[in-house]
Amino acid sequence: MAVIPVKRAPLTLAERTYLPQIAAGLKTTLKHMFQPKLTMEYPEQRPAIPPGYRGVPTLVMDPHGREKCVSCQLCEFVCPPKAIRIKPGTVPEGSGREHVEKAPQEFDIDMLRCIYCGLCQEVCPEEAIFLQNQFSMTGYSREEMVNNKARLYELGGTLPDQHFKWDKKKAAAEESADGGSAH
Amino acid sequence: MSTEMNIPDAAARAAARPAAVEGFDTEKMSLSMGPSHPSTHGVLRLQMELDGEVLTKCDPVIGYLHRGDEKIAENMTYNQFVPYTDRLDYLAPLANNMAYAIAVERLAKLEVPARCQAIRVITAEMARISAHLLGLGAFGIDTGAWTVFMYAFTEREKLYTLFEELTGARFTTSYARIGGVARDVPEGWTQKVDAFCDQFLPILEEILALLTRNKIFMDRTVGVGVISREDAIAYGLTGPNLRGSGVPMDLRKDKPYSGYEQYDFDIPVGEHGDCYDRYLVRGEEMRQSVRIIKQAIAKFPSGPWYATDARKIFAPPKDKILSSMEELIQNFMIVTEGPQMPAGEVYFEAENPKGALGFFIVSKGGGVPYRLKIRAPSFCNLSILPKVCVGNLVSDVVSILGSLDFVMGECDR
Ligand code: SF4
Ligand code: SF4
Repeated sequence: MAVIPVKRAPLTLAERTYLPQIAAGLKTTLKHMFQPKLTMEYPEQRPAIPPGYRGVPTLVMDPHGREKCVSCQLCEFVCPPKAIRIKPGTVPEGSGREHVEKAPQEFDIDMLRCIYCGLCQEVCPEEAIFLQNQFSMTGYSREEMVNNKARLYELGGTLPDQHFKWDKKKAAAEESADGGSAH
Repeated sequence: MSTEMNIPDAAARAAARPAAVEGFDTEKMSLSMGPSHPSTHGVLRLQMELDGEVLTKCDPVIGYLHRGDEKIAENMTYNQFVPYTDRLDYLAPLANNMAYAIAVERLAKLEVPARCQAIRVITAEMARISAHLLGLGAFGIDTGAWTVFMYAFTEREKLYTLFEELTGARFTTSYARIGGVARDVPEGWTQKVDAFCDQFLPILEEILALLTRNKIFMDRTVGVGVISREDAIAYGLTGPNLRGSGVPMDLRKDKPYSGYEQYDFDIPVGEHGDCYDRYLVRGEEMRQSVRIIKQAIAKFPSGPWYATDARKIFAPPKDKILSSMEELIQNFMIVTEGPQMPAGEVYFEAENPKGALGFFIVSKGGGVPYRLKIRAPSFCNLSILPKVCVGNLVSDVVSILGSLDFVMGECDR
């Protein structure tokens, strides 16, 4: 194992006058003065947000504008500060999605509790909840800081879907039903 | 000739003063510094007793940031506790995440793949650089140098941008999971880290040059707050504070974990144990961290980034969860029951920027710890304050606090 003692040499006479330090310090300052500015005029200019950023959690729709969440309550369970509250409901009759069985009746995320950890997104088996780009949530009252279901969908919008899990399930079920009757 | 000229150092002058004449005792004054004082770096309170300007007693009062993290851990699954580890040493959350994950993995006797180890090493060393940059900048402010803080923060900002890209958050990264990490490194990220390292080294030299040979800075730090080798060991100091006192203990070398044995790096140690030595050690540690990162990136392994065979510990990939019943059930089990651990006990400590961060976990099996104890380096490092502050001037206490570089989030937990 290489251990290196840190070196310390006594100050020279010139250094003890503090003059070389002033000169060197001014040189550094001057150099930085003519470099591009690093600060940002914040509300006008916005920082670039990388993909996968963990902003405000939102609920998303699939490309057909259908609700993805099946109110399995896994996110509610995992959320470490218990920010999510879900009241499960049923999928309304005649929507063509009865086979999904459940959808949230109420879905609240308390943004005063949320710590933006992203565990809800990570565990969701339906890819229905996403932490998206918005990072500044403000409000005048505690009630305002609770995002209800409508607000969550408004914030979330629509995201592309690779799986269409429930459509596939329905197709598979219909196929096997057809196959069953043919015999 | 006046005493001012004979003994130019104010603290020494106070100590050499003739004993008080009977009936003319000076009155001792008690003074509280903190909990909201800019140089107590958070919410530390020092209950001081002063004789003139010299401390005769110094009692650190802690607990203002106590959140009961250890108790919280008993009430949630192992993965749910990861966000809480961010908030221990909140200046190096990635290093805490890693230490916690390795502790739980030791309990499960689980080996993570080489790529995961390399990711953890790179992120932990980046966290070390960012924590030391802040420590350095704050120490600069404590001793009256603003510029250092600004330049250090510029570099820290670049690191935070990289963290943001990797983990999705700048500050509270919550990156580790038991058996792996939250996500793989994005395309091109390691090259960006490499580029950061290249441009960082000259800037680091520039920043350090503002302090290292600076007479004012040296007057405030050289010979101030000397911690002897014996005291450092007796009080259980770890990290740069211990190495500043000349003890070459570094867990990355002594008990390598996460593949640290593959990397070539040196351990800087001080000779005098004063504030200046602790500053020098931190400066050198940043250079060594850059060395480690560059080596880790040069041989960055491919392959899986989480323990793929740990089916009861690490959740399956998302597209499997969406397409297969078995994986869906597996996901539900891991989330609701927690990653399954055997019964037993484990103690693991990692070399964090502030010192040895240890986790002692008692498990009765299942996905929730029965007891989780955190050994916080800042807590132990602060225990030396009553010893090292006495006999110093109030203004030197500020230097000492800055050089100990503690963080109350982890001290109070
Ligand atoms: S958002 Fe996802 S995890 Fe939460 S209840 Fe809906 S489907 Fe389940
Ligand atoms: S991001 Fe974390 S804290 Fe926020 S709602 Fe999701 S799980 Fe809860």
